[in-house]
Amino acid sequence: MGKLKEKIIESLLAVSGLLTILTTIGIIWVLFSESISFFSHVPLSDFLFDTQWTPLFVNKQYGILPLVCGTFLISIIAILVAMPIGLTIAVYLSEYAPQKFRRVIKPLLEVLAAVPTVVYGFFALTVLTPFLQKFIPDLGSFNALSAGIVMGIMIIPLVSSLSEDALYAIPKSLREASYGMGATRFQTAFKVAVPAASSGIVVSVILAIARAIGETMIVTIAAGQRPVITIDPRDAVETITAYIVQVSLGDVQHGSLEYQTIFAVGITLFIFTFILNNISFWAKKKYHQKYE
Amino acid sequence: MSKVKINRIKDTIFEYVGIGSTLIGLVVLAIFIGNILVEGLGRIDLDFLMSLPSRKPERAGILTAWTGTAWILGLTALIGIPLGVSAGVYLEEYGKKTRLTSIIEVNIANLAGVPSIIYGLLGLEIFVRVLNFGGSLLAGAFTLALLILPIIIVSTREALKAVPDSLRQASYGMGATKWQTTWYQVLPAASGGIMTGIILALSRAIGETAPVIVIGALAYVPFVAQTPMDEFTVLPIQIFNWVSRPQHAFITNAAAGIIILLFLTFVMNGIAVYLRNKWQKKINW
Repeated sequence: MGKLKEKIIESLLAVSGLLTILTTIGIIWVLFSESISFFSHVPLSDFLFDTQWTPLFVNKQYGILPLVCGTFLISIIAILVAMPIGLTIAVYLSEYAPQKFRRVIKPLLEVLAAVPTVVYGFFALTVLTPFLQKFIPDLGSFNALSAGIVMGIMIIPLVSSLSEDALYAIPKSLREASYGMGATRFQTAFKVAVPAASSGIVVSVILAIARAIGETMIVTIAAGQRPVITIDPRDAVETITAYIVQVSLGDVQHGSLEYQTIFAVGITLFIFTFILNNISFWAKKKYHQKYE
Repeated sequence: MSKVKINRIKDTIFEYVGIGSTLIGLVVLAIFIGNILVEGLGRIDLDFLMSLPSRKPERAGILTAWTGTAWILGLTALIGIPLGVSAGVYLEEYGKKTRLTSIIEVNIANLAGVPSIIYGLLGLEIFVRVLNFGGSLLAGAFTLALLILPIIIVSTREALKAVPDSLRQASYGMGATKWQTTWYQVLPAASGGIMTGIILALSRAIGETAPVIVIGALAYVPFVAQTPMDEFTVLPIQIFNWVSRPQHAFITNAAAGIIILLFLTFVMNGIAVYLRNKWQKKINW
């Protein structure tokens, strides 16, 4: 009797674990099945190489390049903000800061990641863009720059905490050897600690990129909804995620080609993040082996 | 100047650069929040909290939005907590190092990296269409529960890992079964850590906008939801809707809504940090 109960409980727990696998299968199945009917109407080569994205217009064209371009433009701006600041924070906290300061500042930095993204979108549109317009006169009220900067601020804690973990994992003996040779903290940090932790730091940046390309609300609110191929950060652009929101807000008929476009761009986004995440797992495994 | 001196100066300069970088994000956030308080604080009163949405900004309120958020919070917790904690317990306490558990582990790590809007597409197809929930609270809660599942599972596992093995051995020694040991000894000992993870996950859920827009939550809902099958809106969607309107009075409304949303988020995060600190002190066996 008791044994049976134990077995039943164990199976119930296992089912919860298996549910996570079902979720993944569900995501892949949903994205694939809707995309397949999309690609039976639109050739894959048009989707990949056409330079116009106008599925909601009369003259419909289905080239995803403008959305990919907008997505990467904003992600690059975000990384340019988050990487230098995040890395400096990581080095400072692990090599310089007193324990007490770390204990206070780490939860505070996490607050940056806890603020809902719709709030960041509001900041970008109503505070940062008007501020930047004072210096950049031809900056539109929707632009990639402002959205990218604010997104960068949001992902600072991601870069800093993962990089700090990587720095933390380095054996103390390496640092002590460096100090013993008369090196300063600065020299030890950048000539010993950072190179030794480099793969972990790369992981943090890759994960930050993955996070940035999947971010939705900041770009929907502040970057505009203009799918164009541009590298000018002053332009309004549209990202993959912003397009999905744009369609979701409208009156699109289930089963129509417009409806299927969100799954086709969705699978593109999923593939990007999937690849980036798996590169980071692989790199993480490598550096864990190194010092164990 | 000697090389030693230059190196010392570099060392000191970096110390200040480090402090500056650490504070810059927080300072910018503080400026943003200050701005919002100035803009929106005057708009918040009982009427704002208890009014239905309206086309006139000065009459519009967030009653349907915050009740929707409360519904979503409750339903998501109801669905997500048992599933997440059970999966965490299975992987940490029961799962031997089999192929299956290692696949589940890799899979959870991957799920944690899937953008939230993709969960919206999953919810749209599975819960809204196939299971026919429509754009209801239930569809929203299931979607968000799947979204926060990886967070709950990972934090449950970490909390369980911190419980010393001697506790389990003592319980087995008294003749307790595996489940009795888990339920009466291990879970209570890990409860602080598990609670921290749950609260952080739920705070994430109520701040999410993109997936609930995709499953079809509406910006304009003229009534308070009565059952889980009702259509709904939530605070982030109401804010988003107001932000996208041209009139300045709606921006003021958005700022006021943001103050309420941030208040909820910060309170939940504060509780989580407090619990974590308290529990970490206790678990130093």
